[in-house]
Amino acid sequence: MDYFLELFLGGLTRGSIYALIALGYTMVYGIIELINFAHGEIYMIGAFTGLIVAGLLTMLGFPGISILAIAVVCAIIWAAAYGYTIEKVAYKPLRGAQRLSPLISAIGMSIFLQNYVMLSQTSDFLPFPELIPEFGFMEGLGSIMSSSELVIILATVAACIGLTLFIKFTKLGKAMRATAQNRKMAMLVGINVDMVISATFVIGSSLAAVGGVLIASHIGQINYFIGFIAGIKAFTAAVLGGIGSIPGAMLGALVLGLTEAFATGYVSSDYEDVFAFCLLVLILIFRPSGIMGKEKTQKV
Amino acid sequence: MRVKLSLIALCLAMVAMLAACGGEAEKKAEEKAAPAETAKLVLGVAGAHSGDLASYGLPSVNAAKLAAAKINAAGGVNGAMVEVVAQDDQCKPELATNAATKMLSDGVKIVLGHICSGATKAALPIYLDGKIVVMSPSATNPPLTQSGEYPNFFRTIAPDDAQAALEVDFAKSLGLKKAAIIHDKGDYGKGFASFCKQFIDADADIEAVLFEGVTPGAVDYSAVVQKIKGSGADCVIFGGYHPEASKIVTGMRKKGLEIPFLSDDGVKDDTFIKVAGKYAEGVYATGPKDFSSNAIYQEAVAAHKAEFNADPGPFFPEAYSAALALLNAVQVAGSTDYDAVMNALRTSYVDTAVGKIKFDAKGDAEGVGFSVYQVKDGKYAEVK
Repeated sequence: MDYFLELFLGGLTRGSIYALIALGYTMVYGIIELINFAHGEIYMIGAFTGLIVAGLLTMLGFPGISILAIAVVCAIIWAAAYGYTIEKVAYKPLRGAQRLSPLISAIGMSIFLQNYVMLSQTSDFLPFPELIPEFGFMEGLGSIMSSSELVIILATVAACIGLTLFIKFTKLGKAMRATAQNRKMAMLVGINVDMVISATFVIGSSLAAVGGVLIASHIGQINYFIGFIAGIKAFTAAVLGGIGSIPGAMLGALVLGLTEAFATGYVSSDYEDVFAFCLLVLILIFRPSGIMGKEKTQKV
Repeated sequence: MRVKLSLIALCLAMVAMLAACGGEAEKKAEEKAAPAETAKLVLGVAGAHSGDLASYGLPSVNAAKLAAAKINAAGGVNGAMVEVVAQDDQCKPELATNAATKMLSDGVKIVLGHICSGATKAALPIYLDGKIVVMSPSATNPPLTQSGEYPNFFRTIAPDDAQAALEVDFAKSLGLKKAAIIHDKGDYGKGFASFCKQFIDADADIEAVLFEGVTPGAVDYSAVVQKIKGSGADCVIFGGYHPEASKIVTGMRKKGLEIPFLSDDGVKDDTFIKVAGKYAEGVYATGPKDFSSNAIYQEAVAAHKAEFNADPGPFFPEAYSAALALLNAVQVAGSTDYDAVMNALRTSYVDTAVGKIKFDAKGDAEGVGFSVYQVKDGKYAEVK
């Protein structure tokens, strides 16, 4: 039972990280039907920002927990700035183009950002400081769950609740929902669609940056390439849950994380990806729009 | 249209003629240069000298040139001047057979190379038929010597399985009984892990309780760590490179799993210590023996700096040693006679950059191999 519980919590942690990144994919897709392949790189840039800020603050002698808070905030701001700029540079000029063009632009952006970070920082793996301190009350639980896992899960839950409330109850959230439903109509009733799209990129990037800093602190290392695999997995999670749906992305991420954890635990880690992607194929066969996705009538 | 075609034909013919003339002119120049020479001994060097793996092959050409220069300065081998002739195989088996055929037709008797295991394997039957002695500085694939098919093949680098054998022996010497073997599914990591498993399975004192691959670059390895914990292993043997190793060690230590972590020369890298930080303490890793204090090695490196104005590349000490060993064997044998040279390689010791060596019956250099290192105070220290 302990073993099951450990795997479950491990899967939950991994799923939480996927969820933080997947939300960005799914929101952008929901609003402008673009798969933002540069999103994984935003996560990576968030992690790098966290590393640089944390290093600077440690040098200046800030106390432990404040470093975490400031690093997360800086990562959010910096990654959000990147997300905003990417949208303005790579996607906005292509908004009227056919659907393939922004997709290629996204892939190009992703490769550009990877190489940019590789050249400006380094291609080596870098150690990431442990920003999340060990909690005293966790000692008994220590063998099952570490404090960083708890923080990751709680942060994801908080982010999901916050995002849901934001979209439900704020004016901007309402505007986002309206734009997602019908962009032209939203424009006609006076919604600033460009602003809504930018806001979507900013929010998605912020969540990815939080995920980046937390996971980097959890596993203790980063390099310029971490965004690629995390991005692919999060994208898979978003598709699994039904791309475009926010609860779908969260559910898909958790399902993916748990599947991987249990496949590793009860079968073999050799088959981790095999099970994950088999699950994706199966779900897409039986529910082509994903677990929570809505069947859409094709516009003619 | 017809005019155009004939024009093209004319151009082609002219180019062909030019090429033919050029070839002849070169030949004449060569002939002129040749008669002045005395007796010479040709040392063939085969390996990747161009293409994406050239960085592994070119150091052996330099090493051969330096060794030849050193021996020529001392009067040559049995009075013959050593000449180095290089053949490029780009580490491709099909080009390796070409290179071998060329060596054979040129009458080369001793060859330093090839660099990659695959290319070496492809070329060996040709050398065997032509009675050419071959010595590789870098082909680590175990069957090349252990299969016994190629008595003419020698190497100055330890085979892949030697490292695994050392790892398992070392684990036993620590009194460990149950090993969890983890690898990164790559050729190198999985190969190493498989050899470890093979040796552990053959041993009654130690058993493998887990044998699994992890996906490089995965977000975290907590499930694998839990699995190691659940397996009741008292040590982890990891085959692969340092990024995965540091993630696994960090995960293990954070989960309170303090069992020894043993790994290979992909982890015996300072980056590992930098990244894993305090969690790296106590980690064991095997790695090639340290030759930097060897006098011949230091001398060769200094000569390389003087001659090429650069640091030597990978496998340089092994290649330099191989050239010395081959030339020494010819000297001892008194001729390039196939059997006499092979006998000399197996029986007489020679001082090289990798220590004083001779070759065992299978062709592996005795005394060349790996040591166990352990991270102590943020540095790898050899475990005596």
